[in-house]
Amino acid sequence: MVLELHKPRPIWQIMFSTHHTDVGLLYLITSLAFMFMGGALALVLRLELFAPGTQVIADSMTYNRIFTVHGTTLIFLFILPSASAFGNYLVPIMVRYKDMAYPKLNAIAFWMIPPAGALIWLGFADFTWYAYPTYSVISAPGPAADMWIFGLKILGVSSILGSINFIVTIMKCKHPDLPLSKMPLLAWAYLTSSLITVVAVPTFAAALLMLLTDRLGASGFFNPVMGGDPIAYQHLFWFTFHPEVYILVIPAIGFMYEIFPRFSRKPIFSHGSGVTAFVLLALVGFASWAHHMYATGMSFTEKTVFMVGTLAAVPASAMHTFNFLATMWGGRIKFATPIMWAVGGIALFFSAGAGGVVNSAMPLDFITHDSYWVVGHFHLFVMGTILFGTVGFVYYMFPYVTGRMYNEMWGKVHFILSFVGTVMVFFTQHILGLFGMPRRIYDYPPIPEWVQMNIIISIGAFIIGISMAIFLGNLIYSSAKGKPADMNDPFGLGGKYYYPYQAKNPHH
Amino acid sequence: MSGHSSWPEWVYIGVVVALLCYVGAEAWNVERIVEHVPADAEIIKVIGQQWLWTFEHEDGTKEIGELHVEKGKAYKFEITSKDVIHSFNIHDYVVLLDAVPGRVNTVWFSPTEAGEYDIQCREYCGLIHYNMRATLIVEDKGA
Repeated sequence: MVLELHKPRPIWQIMFSTHHTDVGLLYLITSLAFMFMGGALALVLRLELFAPGTQVIADSMTYNRIFTVHGTTLIFLFILPSASAFGNYLVPIMVRYKDMAYPKLNAIAFWMIPPAGALIWLGFADFTWYAYPTYSVISAPGPAADMWIFGLKILGVSSILGSINFIVTIMKCKHPDLPLSKMPLLAWAYLTSSLITVVAVPTFAAALLMLLTDRLGASGFFNPVMGGDPIAYQHLFWFTFHPEVYILVIPAIGFMYEIFPRFSRKPIFSHGSGVTAFVLLALVGFASWAHHMYATGMSFTEKTVFMVGTLAAVPASAMHTFNFLATMWGGRIKFATPIMWAVGGIALFFSAGAGGVVNSAMPLDFITHDSYWVVGHFHLFVMGTILFGTVGFVYYMFPYVTGRMYNEMWGKVHFILSFVGTVMVFFTQHILGLFGMPRRIYDYPPIPEWVQMNIIISIGAFIIGISMAIFLGNLIYSSAKGKPADMNDPFGLGGKYYYPYQAKNPHH
Repeated sequence: MSGHSSWPEWVYIGVVVALLCYVGAEAWNVERIVEHVPADAEIIKVIGQQWLWTFEHEDGTKEIGELHVEKGKAYKFEITSKDVIHSFNIHDYVVLLDAVPGRVNTVWFSPTEAGEYDIQCREYCGLIHYNMRATLIVEDKGA
């Protein structure tokens, strides 16, 4: 798996290539660029919230636009494309095929992302990443809102095309000697998350069109003045975006399934349990969407159904955690940077899951809903779990992509600072939520507890900011001037034995 | 498959499932009790609009930005919105329900201590969402 960057090529050869590793590289660079951009927006938000009163952002509308673009960017332009990046690199190799099933479609799916990103960033909409009507229909200023809708539309098509490609590559192009049951868990992760995408995303695509025609005044699906129902949008939205949570988290768990056995120098504890948990999550993930909507005035029965559906998704996640720990148990672990990120990722995954159980319990949800608790909760997933898994995997793939090693010491410093910062920011946000601070507010009254906790959170955020600057420096410097990597065993783990996608692995 | 035993995983899954069942059952039970509105609850109509709260008592009095209630009495809020979705929240009494245009949502509470409490909007509703606040004033008529 030598991935060509160390053989210099003109950039247009990579840009116009349809080869899976080239498309993977484009995905990777784009997604990391958007990660730094979206993260920078978060730092601006934290600077503003450092103290009550106006700090750096002159008016609330700018603040609202910034948090909207922050969320949209990191979910749709960082997490999804970064998963596609590594899927492009590894899925064909893991199923032993020469490329993705449809290479041109693959390149098209990627090239839809930059224009969509441009629409979102040039528009800078303000209606939050979920664009609830009736605000988004009657009140959100255009053309930013319309550009956001078109941007998301393009991204939805892109991710459906990408998912179809993964599904076909895995189901139709897999080597006949490799049964599905023996396929590496990362490939299983892509199969399940792609299947979820294909089922879930079209609903939101439809809702976006309805939103657009509502905004144009041509229809009134979500506008009560014209006989519509704004809650219908929320159902359509969350029918896509609760499963979307699993679309985002499953590849990150797949990355950890690569990292843990490698660096523990042991086979995975239970391949079967991992597969079962993925499939279970994919099915149960569709039974919980309206737990985001308890406070919209749902009946007791509806709330009960969605609470049970939500709790039912927990054992599958718990199975992954068990599998990771059991894999590490008794292994000769080499604590290189990738496994540190993965270990941090499970710790935060567990915390996020425990907090999620609290949210799903009906009476408690009315304390936490739309408060900073929720902000802390889902950031523990998207940052604590998904970003940690992804960044760990960026370090893991770095030698294969660039032919050079990253700086190990700075990688560890990056991890420690990020972990400390993440705990400071998002654990504190949980408590701040219990003290009643609503999310998405530009300014807050000087309640002493709120002020203190916001200071802690902002300091934590700046620590994460410093760690990410270190990451950027490490990526740029090491890819140009890093030590050439030993391509057979870049991490010094003791040979090819531990790399399952190489043919001579005795466990396959 | 390697030859390890899988019973620890089953025990672990069993413990997780048991905990979840407990949480679910307890939540169901508490919510059932909490949602039971007392028959003598006075109705207060709550109307959210960008960016203020209007309250209308049973006797027809209207208040804007302030809500006066009596300690120990039960109140049932009938919440709606004139424009976009808001969320009516008295955090200290765990009152939280969306104000949705075209719908009336109900929730009840009974203040237990005299004093002033914050009412805020907890669903993003635009420009002044951060300052869509009101004050709940609980009066002790018995004292």
